Amino acid sequence: MQDLPLLSLVIFLPLVGVAFILLIRGEGEVQNRNVRNVALWTSLATFALSILLWTNFDTTTSAFQFEEEIPWIPGFDINYHLGVDGISVFFVLLSTLLTPICVLASWEAIQKHVKEYMIAFLVLETFMVGMFCALDFVLFYLFFEGVLIPMFLIIGVWGGPARIYAAFKLFLYTLAGSVLMLLAILTIYFYADTFDIPTLLNVRIPVETQYWLWLAFLASFAVKVPMWPVHTWLPDAHVEAPTAGSVILAGVLLKMGAYGFLRFSIPMLPEASVYFTPLIYALSIIAIIYTSLVALAQEDMKKLIAYSSVAHMGFVTIGIFAGNTQSVEGAIIVMLSHGFVSAALFLCVGVVYDRMHSRDIATYGGLVHRMPLYAFVFMVFMMASVGLPGTSGFIGEFLVLVGAFQANTWVAFLAATGVILGAAYMLWLYRRVVFGELTKKSLKDILDLSPREILIFAPLILLVFWMGLYPAPFLDVLHESVGNLVERYELARIAAENVAMVNSGK
Amino acid sequence: MYSAAIFLPLAAAILAGFFGRWLGDRGAQLVTCGAMVVAAALSIPIFLDVAIEGHGQVIPIFSWIESGALEVVWALKFDTLTAVMVLVVNVVSAMIHIYSIGYMHGDRSVPRFMAYLSLFTFFMLMLVSANDLVQLYFGWEGVGLVSYLLIGFWYDRPSANAAAIKAFLVNRVGDFGFGLGIFGVFYLFGSVMLDVVFAGAPEKAGTLLNFLGYDFDALTVLCLLLFVGAMGKSAQLGLHTWLPDAMEGPTPVSALIHAATMVTAGVFMVARLSPLFEYAPFALNVVAVVGASTAFFAATIGLVQNDIKRVIAYSTCSQLGYMFFAAGVSAYAASVFHLMTHAFFKALLFLAAGSVIHAFSDEQDMRKMGGVWKKIPVTYTLMWIGSLALAGVPFFAGYYSKDMILESAYAAHTLVGQYAFWLGVGAALMTAFYSWRLILMTFHGKPRADAHVMEHVHESPKVMLLPLVVLAMGAIFAGYAGYEYFVGHGMDAFWRDAILVLPEHSAIVDAHHVPEWVKLLPVVMGAAGIGLAYLFYMLAPSLPGLLAARMQGLYLFLLNKWYFDELYDRLFVNPAKWLGRGFWKQGDGALIDGVGPDGVAAAALSLARRASRLQTGYVYHYAFAMLAGVAALVTWYLIGKAG
Repeated sequence: MQDLPLLSLVIFLPLVGVAFILLIRGEGEVQNRNVRNVALWTSLATFALSILLWTNFDTTTSAFQFEEEIPWIPGFDINYHLGVDGISVFFVLLSTLLTPICVLASWEAIQKHVKEYMIAFLVLETFMVGMFCALDFVLFYLFFEGVLIPMFLIIGVWGGPARIYAAFKLFLYTLAGSVLMLLAILTIYFYADTFDIPTLLNVRIPVETQYWLWLAFLASFAVKVPMWPVHTWLPDAHVEAPTAGSVILAGVLLKMGAYGFLRFSIPMLPEASVYFTPLIYALSIIAIIYTSLVALAQEDMKKLIAYSSVAHMGFVTIGIFAGNTQSVEGAIIVMLSHGFVSAALFLCVGVVYDRMHSRDIATYGGLVHRMPLYAFVFMVFMMASVGLPGTSGFIGEFLVLVGAFQANTWVAFLAATGVILGAAYMLWLYRRVVFGELTKKSLKDILDLSPREILIFAPLILLVFWMGLYPAPFLDVLHESVGNLVERYELARIAAENVAMVNSGK
Repeated sequence: MYSAAIFLPLAAAILAGFFGRWLGDRGAQLVTCGAMVVAAALSIPIFLDVAIEGHGQVIPIFSWIESGALEVVWALKFDTLTAVMVLVVNVVSAMIHIYSIGYMHGDRSVPRFMAYLSLFTFFMLMLVSANDLVQLYFGWEGVGLVSYLLIGFWYDRPSANAAAIKAFLVNRVGDFGFGLGIFGVFYLFGSVMLDVVFAGAPEKAGTLLNFLGYDFDALTVLCLLLFVGAMGKSAQLGLHTWLPDAMEGPTPVSALIHAATMVTAGVFMVARLSPLFEYAPFALNVVAVVGASTAFFAATIGLVQNDIKRVIAYSTCSQLGYMFFAAGVSAYAASVFHLMTHAFFKALLFLAAGSVIHAFSDEQDMRKMGGVWKKIPVTYTLMWIGSLALAGVPFFAGYYSKDMILESAYAAHTLVGQYAFWLGVGAALMTAFYSWRLILMTFHGKPRADAHVMEHVHESPKVMLLPLVVLAMGAIFAGYAGYEYFVGHGMDAFWRDAILVLPEHSAIVDAHHVPEWVKLLPVVMGAAGIGLAYLFYMLAPSLPGLLAARMQGLYLFLLNKWYFDELYDRLFVNPAKWLGRGFWKQGDGALIDGVGPDGVAAAALSLARRASRLQTGYVYHYAFAMLAGVAALVTWYLIGKAG
């Protein structure tokens, strides 16, 4: 089992699917059907393969597992180096889980350029998974940036009326940050003479340099998270993206920034991370309160959920930088939970959008009369989103706040207000869409969930409760890697305190 | 047996909820009622085994959250306090399930209703059998969720939806405090397991905790935070606004959730955490003052309300205040005792009110009732029993528990105790007054409903009356039967270590030795209240109107519930909306996008136009040169640093 290059298989299997799709000939509907089927089965096979990563995962070590290393450009010591640890393995799974769901969600919604669309998604999957597995900086950067290309196309080609504006906003924002990250990577290379991430984790970079590098990384990651005030690309991108695009955007792309913090900023630049923690706290708290209030004022369902994503990611960044076991594990759980809960919420919007072609909250009302099943599904994800105990949303939020309280009570206090505001905008949304009398003529014949839609939601609902009631299988995988990370971070914090004491002693 | 009593309602809820379509109305009713009756029957031997025999135990189920030092386990803890709560919850819930068969007859979604009721019961049981604070929180939020669903059960009504959201949000404000309290407990004790925390409490007494930049006494600040949660759930002054609105839900819901069980969760929490509160005397004082103020404040509003359910709702609010100030003077046992008797007689009152509403063809305004006591004698009698118990007339349940509370407050011999005692006595007068105002307006005098409605006035079916009779038994006998165990000589043997009271907080023991007038006063007040109501609404029916006209300001102040809703709208709701819109349009739109991407794009465009007019037109050459220059500069700088 261990001899199989499992990670490479998971990464490149979607490309095999792409090859098949390219070979498909035929006319119109026949061709489209074949394309859809190939895409679905390829992504399902990829998901099945990735499950092996979890079942074979060794929870007793914080080292990288399933490692593969092949020299690529020896002149610069660039290698094709892959591996996962407790922090990254679930993001691989999240990506492989959401891709088949996206394919299914686009089954009927996408009718033009189906072939190209499915290819874009499979390529996207390759890049996403590759990014989370990459253990070489150059490889990482390629995947990290590569993700942008299919995403840009998905929004720009299959998006809504203002798709060009949204696509360029997304592209410019993320690219601006990436340029600085590239510089940071090169700087590290010139300093340490290697692109190898596991090696770099043990290199100590001078504190003065760390500050600059940290800011360069921040520029890139903050846009991806997104943190306030570089979040404004997200609502536009979500609103214009097709449903499946939103699902991947919210489910996986937003996690890339936070993953970057966990993989690079904290372990490689611990002193700088400690130094800039107050900045992160401030931006995160503003994000939570500000965007929650903004969400309250939205009239567009997708925009509302997009803003709620920014608020949730505020919890993630707080958790990461509070830097204790609970907060970091909580941050990862929030990311995973948000990954499928917000994805599901976008799917919920997609369900009614496919029927009515409107995202305006005012279009709807009283859906529960015609769509009781939909009302139930929506309710489950709404409650997961507001962090009701027993759902996945609670575990993460709770752990983050427990951790934050130990680090800084003000942060915990202010972040916890987000829990109130979060309930406010979600309940208000639900009330306007689902409850009330069904008075609008256009809704009189709206149909409840189709079997295909039930199939999409069922695994996500299962996950919400599984993670909410028995999160041990998830947390167990995290413990070692997070423990290792927290330990290093703690050392840096103690060192920083000592320096401060010496300075004040003078 | 122990697990069955807790999980049967869950199983029933799942069956009725997901398979209601196949089971049909009748099937769903059978499943849920059957499960509840069995659970209620099981809770009697559990009560005997745990509370009387003393076989308390903890049943672990499986691990829940494990992260670093934090360890949370699903478990069922059974001690006397839990056993009492399980008994009360299961018995009252079973009765209300059966009552609902009649009350909800003909409703469109009976299975959904029954499933919600059972699900609620399950969450409530999880709450009272929690072995750690996080599971307590699980039950706490769970009952909040079902309460939200049930208040908004008739989702066509905008008022019901608004009330449901309000209930959820106000409770979330409370949970905000509760949550911070849990985080603080973990920070201080390194655990959220109740026994670990309780064992550590004595040595943590007096230590300081830095909260929001200030050093506070650790246990005081934790207890106060936790108490904020209790205030939300138990509708105490300030966070009470959701409870009267919650009456939008069907009446069985009001009886079960908003009178007998869920709203008492806050009281339960304080009693459960007595080993913490005992070491935080200041927090206890706050609990007492808030409780006493609520008892008085809610009673004043109850005096003038015209909606039959709202009167009882404010009465509930007021009675919860009694329970809290009892806890605040360390008379936790009296507090839980009152919780138990109150569950019976308040559920009875609500269900009887439901029966009245049923009789009057869904009319809730008491001004449109009257003159029917001969037509619905059983309901009438039951309403009397409930009111007698509520007003604390001797030998009914409320007499034992409420007097015990007032005596304890007096016996505490503290300023706070005195405050609570006198406000409590005042509230007792008002309680009796509004109870009989309710009875007289509803049943006596000339009929004020139209002829059509009056023709239809009828007694409720047996399936509704039977549960009422059972609850009436509780309202009559629960006080007498429980007195010795709960607060009398058998107290210590009964509670064991479920409740901790420090020796210096001996209010409840001293309460047995208060002067005679203290014992008599509440009874006198009750009688006076009944007399006054008789005077106002039977002998001189013009008097209330006259009084209202004479004291217009006060009347309106009370009628509008001290203007709390208006105040909160101005303070929180409107500013939140205003801020949200402002941040969105000005912050995101004008400022960030204006200066950021759109601004840059616009600037680049105008620059490009101007430059192209001046130069060759190959603007991108220049732009590229500039970008490359910037990149080179930063690169040079970074590499310089690294080297």
